[in-house]
Amino acid sequence: MNRINQKLKEGKKLLSIYFTAGYPNINDTITIIQNLEKSGVDMIEIGLPFSDPLADGPTIQDSSTKALQNGMTSELLFQQLKDIRKTVSIPLIIMGYFNPVMQYGVEAFCKKCQEIGIDGLILPDLPVDVYAEQYKDTFEKYGLISVFLITPQTSDERIRYIDSVSDGFIYMVSSASTTGAKSGFGNAQEDYFNRIANMKLSNPQIVGFGISNNETFMQATKQAKGAIIGSAFIKHVTANGVDTIDTFVDNIKP
Amino acid sequence: MSYNINEKGYYGEFGGAFIPEMLYPNVEELRQNYLKVMAEPLFQEEFNQLLKDYVGRPSPLYFAKRLSEKYNTKVYLKREDLNHTGAHKVNNTIGQILMAKRLGKTRIIAETGAGQHGVATATVCALMGMECIVYMGEIDIARQAPNVARMKMLGAEVRPALSGSRTLKDATNEAIRDWINNPVDTHYIIGSAIGPHPYPDMVTRFQSIISEEIKWQLKEHEGKENPDYVVACIGGGSNAAGTYYHFLDNEDVGIIAVEAAGKGIHSGESAATSALGKEGIIHGCKTLLMQTNDGQITEPYSISAGLDYPGVGPMHSHLYKSGRGEFYSATDDEAMTAGLELAQLEGIIPAIETSHALAIFSHKTFEPNDIVVISLSGRGDKDLQNYIDYFKL
Repeated sequence: MNRINQKLKEGKKLLSIYFTAGYPNINDTITIIQNLEKSGVDMIEIGLPFSDPLADGPTIQDSSTKALQNGMTSELLFQQLKDIRKTVSIPLIIMGYFNPVMQYGVEAFCKKCQEIGIDGLILPDLPVDVYAEQYKDTFEKYGLISVFLITPQTSDERIRYIDSVSDGFIYMVSSASTTGAKSGFGNAQEDYFNRIANMKLSNPQIVGFGISNNETFMQATKQAKGAIIGSAFIKHVTANGVDTIDTFVDNIKP
Repeated sequence: MSYNINEKGYYGEFGGAFIPEMLYPNVEELRQNYLKVMAEPLFQEEFNQLLKDYVGRPSPLYFAKRLSEKYNTKVYLKREDLNHTGAHKVNNTIGQILMAKRLGKTRIIAETGAGQHGVATATVCALMGMECIVYMGEIDIARQAPNVARMKMLGAEVRPALSGSRTLKDATNEAIRDWINNPVDTHYIIGSAIGPHPYPDMVTRFQSIISEEIKWQLKEHEGKENPDYVVACIGGGSNAAGTYYHFLDNEDVGIIAVEAAGKGIHSGESAATSALGKEGIIHGCKTLLMQTNDGQITEPYSISAGLDYPGVGPMHSHLYKSGRGEFYSATDDEAMTAGLELAQLEGIIPAIETSHALAIFSHKTFEPNDIVVISLSGRGDKDLQNYIDYFKL
């Protein structure tokens, strides 16, 4: 069974952390992953940087620009990760935009992921219908889970469709925004969290966007299975480097 | 074979809507409504009225006698430069502002490179009393000061795009991010035949007035509707899409595209996407784009700010790949020379974008009886400083 599905069966709320590969330094990838696991993080999203990250706010944009300047590429990331499963056992997901995957070759990319022990992909600009028609078989052939996003504006009908295509978890974007744009949740999010919980979807949901501390983590996971932190973590490594990751994680999930 | 869009939003293998889920409701709302709205008699009436009384359409189809003599063929110029605001861009912004109103939107965003589309958007927003925010690369703001001033005078807010290379592609990214953050009240007026479906088709349809007029105007001049060739410059490709539209499936009409080769196709400073690009995803559509082997989008170069976009619209990728269109590229030098030539032969100073289309004569020889219609997409007032610097006027 895929590590993601296994993890989702555990009877606890999950903390997933996103970081941009190649940032702050080109060779930080392995250190960040190992330190995150040691700090008790449940799942990791490894960001493959892209020149034009449409869905990201300034924090992740800047980290992507810097990572590309540092020389990060798909090929280099795969090289860095080749022995990762000797030391790390939590689920690892690659998150990025579709174009670099397309240029690498979708099948070649998936095959490489399987060899390394990557468990899933999140490609926000790969539409669910295109995935279902053209790529689902390839992903499944290489044991990869594809994760799709929903937002407060996504209709119930479309959420049901996304649920039917998914086989892992649903990435629940907390508000209509780019990453890192808003912090904290209001009544609108409460309503949205309740609405989704009441839909009794077959895939568990993990909330992302707007989570930066213990309070927002607790709010997000009241009903959802877990929460994802991206921009706040990038800010932490920007300010403190990669050696105090445990401090950051302790503050979220004591 | 059809060269127009299919029911799924693709031109051949190009097009589609490769967008993050956050944009799906906005784009889907547009997709479900755009054809219906455009078909409404009241919409058509208002659109045509504004094109006539406000834009000044129909734009003349002018027989360029001296240019024809020089190249020993029959050249007609479709005078989009005579439109209000000085280019073809306004055909699309008029259409889209009416669309935005029908969809109940109250806030307009747009991207702009040289500022022409920004000005055309600010103009229609003033006309309709709508809030207008134009994203423009910080570098472009510095080099296109007169258009920035125009937009401000028209009441628009010009927001600098500070990310990436701080030019057109980044302004487009910022506009898309704004739309993600404002999904309910905002309409995004994309300025070229690019973006996720239905944008390329919607923009093309609003610009198709160009080829619609060419047909009946040519009939008046020559007694027949179809020229032998239609020629246009291509950045994203909206004037080209409009110029080709009614001739797409008539293979008796040759389709010619001229891209910007900058300092030479292989100089490393070029915007000749068909020659240098590979299939990929940019700004929500699958098309040809300039990128690294690793799939990072690269920064193009052209002396013309309106052509330095790293992709082309999906219609044009299909025209290129299928062989339906003949693609050429003109260097900065060829374009500037062609622009000067038009000024001196016909008394028309073209936009530098348009000068690229005029440079077709240094790449292709036409027959004496050929009827060649060139889209004169914009006027050169905005480029005067460039012409001054280049020719030391």
